[in-house]
Amino acid sequence: MIVAAFSDFMQQVVSGLASGGIYALLALALVIIHRSTGVINFAQGEMATLSAYIAWTLTVNHGLSYWPAFVACLAISFGGGVGIHRVVIRPVERGSVLRIVIVTIGLLVAINGFVIWQWGGEPQQLRSPFGTDTYDVGGVIVAAHDIGTIAVALGIVLLLWLLFRFTKVGLALRAAAVNPDEARLVGVRVTWMLALGWGLAATLGAVAGMLTAPTVGLDPQMMQAVLIYAFAAAILGGIDSPIGAVVGGLLLGVLLNMLSYLSQYDAFGWFTEELRLPAALLIILVVLLVKPTGIFGKPEVKRV
Amino acid sequence: MTPRTTRIVGFVAFAAFVVFVAVLPTFIGDFKAREYSYVGIYLIALLGLNILTGYTGQISLGHGAFMAIGGYTTAILMAGNEQFGGPIPSGMKDVWTLPIAGLVAGLVGLAFGIPALRLSGLYLALATFAIAVAMPSTAKRFEEFTGGGSGIQLFGTPELTGSISNVEIFGLSFSPNDWMYYLAWSIALVAFAVAWLILRGRTGRAFRAVRDSETAAVSSGVSLARYKTLAFGISAAYAGVAGGLFAIASAFVNPDAFPVALSIYLLVGIVVGGLGGLSGLVFGAIFIAFLPLWAQGQDLGSLLPDRIIQETQKPGGPAMVYGIVLILLMFVIPNGVGGLFRRIGQLISSRRYSRAK
Repeated sequence: MIVAAFSDFMQQVVSGLASGGIYALLALALVIIHRSTGVINFAQGEMATLSAYIAWTLTVNHGLSYWPAFVACLAISFGGGVGIHRVVIRPVERGSVLRIVIVTIGLLVAINGFVIWQWGGEPQQLRSPFGTDTYDVGGVIVAAHDIGTIAVALGIVLLLWLLFRFTKVGLALRAAAVNPDEARLVGVRVTWMLALGWGLAATLGAVAGMLTAPTVGLDPQMMQAVLIYAFAAAILGGIDSPIGAVVGGLLLGVLLNMLSYLSQYDAFGWFTEELRLPAALLIILVVLLVKPTGIFGKPEVKRV
Repeated sequence: MTPRTTRIVGFVAFAAFVVFVAVLPTFIGDFKAREYSYVGIYLIALLGLNILTGYTGQISLGHGAFMAIGGYTTAILMAGNEQFGGPIPSGMKDVWTLPIAGLVAGLVGLAFGIPALRLSGLYLALATFAIAVAMPSTAKRFEEFTGGGSGIQLFGTPELTGSISNVEIFGLSFSPNDWMYYLAWSIALVAFAVAWLILRGRTGRAFRAVRDSETAAVSSGVSLARYKTLAFGISAAYAGVAGGLFAIASAFVNPDAFPVALSIYLLVGIVVGGLGGLSGLVFGAIFIAFLPLWAQGQDLGSLLPDRIIQETQKPGGPAMVYGIVLILLMFVIPNGVGGLFRRIGQLISSRRYSRAK
């Protein structure tokens, strides 16, 4: 009985880590853009949906097998992200907060409309590269897709860390984010670095989208909720902290699954699936009120 | 122009607009009158949102949720929720539910205004966006209050005025569509006048001070906490009344009647209409009520090539046009139509002055 309860519990932890991994990737995309351009990209979720649809159409309509399509989709998304920054974001970057918010909202609406216009509103099936097998690890049933998702998420986080920490481009990216004026003086091409940041974010979103689609079904609204979870994760970890985004994402994924798991007991019976989003909203509000910098963020000092 | 002449011109323009609104249904016909009643409803919500965002500088991407609160309040008071196992009996006439809808939404707005005090700029946009996204699933969760996913039907209920027959009032007879039009627009015009009164005096000055510089406002003795929460409360009350009217006009409420897109459209409306101005909001309201139809080629059909119309009539087409227009507007007229008019007005008056010299 207790053993059964424990394996149930562990199952929820694993699938929580898997969805948390997806939140972490999207949160990381938000953090990269916020750090470099100070913008919160409301279109991040729709960009990810678009990427997932591109991957789907590459495999179904153009006959590519999964991994070539995966790589092609990442490349297209990267180019798209760079393009969006150059064409749409750069002209308003120095304007008021409201203008930037509205432009990213406009992108959200336009991309969502485009996806429905191009591929219709009915859900499609994007298959998982890891298959639908499940494994029995000491009584705990884990899905191959969940393990694959966690592995891909952690792998990408590692790659990003290597990029930012050990390459010249990474250094330039960080310099452009921290102090654009001085970076420009020492020869960093700041605007291209910002565009590169958008490209990276779009690529991360593409991975998140392709990993989300197999479990929830590929449909035009699939990333809307995920975007809110990613917001919550980024705020929880600290909106300027990449490590925070990852930890926040995993934490949030496990936390929400724990609530679902506990709802079988009377004391948590009030928690239903419909309360997952409001719970994320509550987390956003509580963190912003109690510790606005999140777990890993540094407090911002403002000079009056 | 001196402030005095500006005010006289303003009064005359407002009176002319009232007359225009009053006679419009005789020219556009019964069916169009219902479409234009939505313009009035959006105008109310936009007035409220502009008090918050345009005048006090607090971004809200969640005003659709406050409209939802108003809409549900109206629907529940009219049809009751005993049918779903809730405590509230049916029986309130639709018009009388509107003040309560405004009050309930206003109180929720005040309550949300308190945590929002500590958020600014992007973070407030984010938190309010999360409210808009979380609202539909919250409404589904509390089924015994809201009727869950299928919502509450109002069509044909005795509480809904003019749902079947014509409406007789003050010795005049209105068709249901005309009745909706005049109801929405009389409330909208009163709401406009009230907003003008609030904004011209001490409160409005305090709001603008908060928007322009919080630090300067505090050092001049303006209480940030008081005026920011007040702005949230007033703004949400406006949205609540608009939401109540929305429920009456569509004769139903359900969680999907107040999607995230609605909150976005409202923000779009005040941007098109011009932040920090009231009269431009009429254009904002027209824009959000009709752009989805224009994008499908309705009314403008003959102006656009058939091929484009065919494409934009497919599902998703209007949204695509909407998003692109929104981005282009931010590039071309960042201060909205209202700002454009003010700009033109300034050009004309400065020319006149330079000639007089």
